[in-house]
Amino acid sequence: MSVIVSSIIVLGAIGIIGALLLYVVAQRFQVKEDPRIDQVEALLPGANCGGCGRSGCRDFAVACVTSPSLDGLSCPASGAVIMKQIGEIVGLAAAETKPKIAVIKCNGTCDLRPPLARFEGAPTCAVLAQLGSGESACPNGCLGCGDCVEACPYGAMRMNRETGLPEVIEDKCVGCGACVKACPRMIIELRPKGPRGMRVYVACSNKEKGALAMKACKVACIGCSKCEKVCTHDAITIQSFLSYIDPEKCKLCKKCVEVCPTHAIHAVNFPVKKVAPAPAAAPAPAPAATTEA
Amino acid sequence: MKLHTFKIGGVHPAENKIAAGKPIENVPLPQEVVLPVAQHIGAPAKPIVQKGDKVKRGDRVAEAGGFVSAHIHTPISGTVTKIDTCRTPQGMPVTAIFIKSDEADRQADAETIANQKPIRSDVEVSILEPKQIISLIQDAGIVGLGGATFPTHVKLSPPPGMKADVVIINAVECEPCLSCDDMLMREHPAEIVKGVQLLMRAAGVNHGIIAIENNKPEAIEAMSKVVAKVAGIEVMPMKVKYPQGGEKQLIEAVIGKEVPSGALPIATGAIVQNVATAYAVYRAVYLGEPILDRVLTLHDGKEGRNLRVALGTMLDTLIPEGTEYEKIILGGPMMGRTASTLATPMIKGNSGILLDPVYAHRGEVEPCIRCGKCQDACPMGLEPFLLSTLSRLKDYDEAENQKIANCIECGSCSYACPANRPVVDYIRIGKAKVMAAMRARAAAAAPKK
Repeated sequence: MSVIVSSIIVLGAIGIIGALLLYVVAQRFQVKEDPRIDQVEALLPGANCGGCGRSGCRDFAVACVTSPSLDGLSCPASGAVIMKQIGEIVGLAAAETKPKIAVIKCNGTCDLRPPLARFEGAPTCAVLAQLGSGESACPNGCLGCGDCVEACPYGAMRMNRETGLPEVIEDKCVGCGACVKACPRMIIELRPKGPRGMRVYVACSNKEKGALAMKACKVACIGCSKCEKVCTHDAITIQSFLSYIDPEKCKLCKKCVEVCPTHAIHAVNFPVKKVAPAPAAAPAPAPAATTEA
Repeated sequence: MKLHTFKIGGVHPAENKIAAGKPIENVPLPQEVVLPVAQHIGAPAKPIVQKGDKVKRGDRVAEAGGFVSAHIHTPISGTVTKIDTCRTPQGMPVTAIFIKSDEADRQADAETIANQKPIRSDVEVSILEPKQIISLIQDAGIVGLGGATFPTHVKLSPPPGMKADVVIINAVECEPCLSCDDMLMREHPAEIVKGVQLLMRAAGVNHGIIAIENNKPEAIEAMSKVVAKVAGIEVMPMKVKYPQGGEKQLIEAVIGKEVPSGALPIATGAIVQNVATAYAVYRAVYLGEPILDRVLTLHDGKEGRNLRVALGTMLDTLIPEGTEYEKIILGGPMMGRTASTLATPMIKGNSGILLDPVYAHRGEVEPCIRCGKCQDACPMGLEPFLLSTLSRLKDYDEAENQKIANCIECGSCSYACPANRPVVDYIRIGKAKVMAAMRARAAAAAPKK
């Protein structure tokens, strides 16, 4: 009997001492965390996509709560409404940001950009980009292995097997930029979504002289500067035989779309015609070699 | 006699050297050459001619763009038609100098070649200082002709505090199919040995070793005959194993020292030069001729030929009409790269043109069965399956810890893989990413010192 009593006393004493120790340590080394961090984090999507430029959603929440203003802090995936709510929690005015969307600056489909070789190696764009120009003769165009599709944390991209090009699903894309980082050819750009989704952009990244660009792809920008001349808003610049439309200056007049001889400029989501008509795919004789890679 | 070789890893692909024993054929000079300014490792050369300029065979048309760079010379006389972009074999644009010859130019070239005489006698060469030899090599635009195309004068000028004590001549030619070095040794042993002596003097060493794999008995015999009369140089027959021609593997095989991870090969006291480079050095010093052509093996599966081809010759002119092929590999089957265009010029590093359908396709990729054959094959003692997976999953930190930067991209792992996995493809991406991160860190740390 006495054995049971003494064990209960000893074990009970150890338990009480341990509890006291834990209490003291917990008081002494307590890390005070702003409860607002958890509140902000709860509002965020939790995809850790990195679109805000931080290492994850928690890091972004900490930055929102600790920084003196919300300028430069915005979660592209959440949008303006959530950012406003975050602003209310931390008591600051959320900076206004325009929603962005990923735009693929290549329209070299299989028929318009004849493949010269077939790649049998590891099916990722990163490998293909290291090797050279890929399966077509265009050294800047889409490689078509879908590194961007794999990188998208929101499932907003898909590979179109017919054209060999990736497509952005507009409703799902939040403009986080994961695909931009994944693309070794740097053909994906984040552009403002535009009013009612309307936007005009150059769907080509080829930086070669017109003749070479045309040889590689029927819808390449040849740097003819017709669009630059016709633009009344100074929105178009041409660098290394490639046209670029500044989305801030563009007034969506679509004059450039009409003059482009290679149909390299695309206008999307305009009310009358939803997608710019793709040019008739002329059966092109394959230039140079027809070897296999 | 026990044959030397490196200790760990290595594979033995089917040799398929059907061009061995075929004498070197001189391909007639082309009427037009295209000389890309980036034919070597390091900064691209800068063109020093303009459209419309008349140039003579051997004239310099582009200056080295820095210390780690090389001059470029024209193999034909003619007129510069344009300076424009041409395509690398993989289809990427590169600046190049286009030169076209007319009838008078071609006659002049034929006479120059027919009347070529040494400009320096043995005595005149023997009084050259090491510095003078190095500058003659630099002037001739010589780069490592084994395929890596590292400028030779840089290798001969070790960083301060490092001293070479042996020159190893890489004549192992471990790639299957290729036999251009083999034939060069059979046909020009005396010239090569003179080139080796020049390299030894330039590096300030008294010991030279010519390492030849045992599958080239005629070359070993030809070289041994010449070397017997020369002090300080020996011929070392090697066991046949790939990648014995890798610089680090060759040093270990020949002198038994391992190049430390991250260090230059000179840390072991060895300077490795290709045998074709030694021959080019002979031509540069004795004949005063810069590097204008190279010997390469053309192999179409049925027959092989060894060709002496002027630099800048277009690839399509070298493939005989009516040849059927599925794929063109420039270089050997293990490390060579597939050409995706025929409109590309021959450059200094091209050691072969392979049209053999045997090498045209990869096998079907199957899941990894963890057999570990890639690990046994890796000559650097790495774990290729692990590095490949880490690269694929983009875990570059762990890949760096696993020493991905030590990979020499020899492809032994992909060759050994029974599941045909593209092991080295993935490792290449990871290695490029890790090396870039290491360079960025070094650059960030540098100003603090």
